Amino acid sequence: MMNIIVFSLIGIGVLFALLRLIIGPSAFDRVVGLDTFNVIITGLIVFIAYFLKSSLYLDIAIVYAILSFLETIIFARFLEGK
Amino acid sequence: MNIAGNILIIIGGVFLAIGGLGVFRMPDVYNRIQAGTKATTLGAFSLLLGVGFANPEWLLKIILIIVFIAITNPVGSSVLARAAYKKGAFEYKKDASDLSKNRKRGE
Repeated sequence: MMNIIVFSLIGIGVLFALLRLIIGPSAFDRVVGLDTFNVIITGLIVFIAYFLKSSLYLDIAIVYAILSFLETIIFARFLEGK
Repeated sequence: MNIAGNILIIIGGVFLAIGGLGVFRMPDVYNRIQAGTKATTLGAFSLLLGVGFANPEWLLKIILIIVFIAITNPVGSSVLARAAYKKGAFEYKKDASDLSKNRKRGE
């Protein structure tokens, strides 16, 4: 029961962040949607580790957090036009 | 311990959903950065701490992820806001005389 509630809540967050990523008027809006999406997905991966009772997914969450941070920084610097 | 973990996980899920909703709903790039970053940071902290309480042997890796999110998420949002400000992104101003003029967004 709790798993269904938490997956639904995370699904709502992912859905709205993806909508902002798709319909964002400017490029900055899309990058903001992508940033939010990445943090929500990191939480989702940790919750999947709890749901499947497998500690392997925590390593995946660490690597995903590092890659999403690099992605945000690189997109921001690229859009800034240095 | 398990009940506290479950309550923290549900609170984290609620905050993650509110963060996604705020990113979708806000009218401006800066408002979107504000809503998305703060709500999802708190939600991710709460959800990760809940998973760490429910499985105490994972607590070291969980705390590593929490510290990493606490360092990188404000840095990312700050760099993004600075880039948007330097490029002169659209700012939403509430004007009492004409609301419809401000409704066109972005470039």
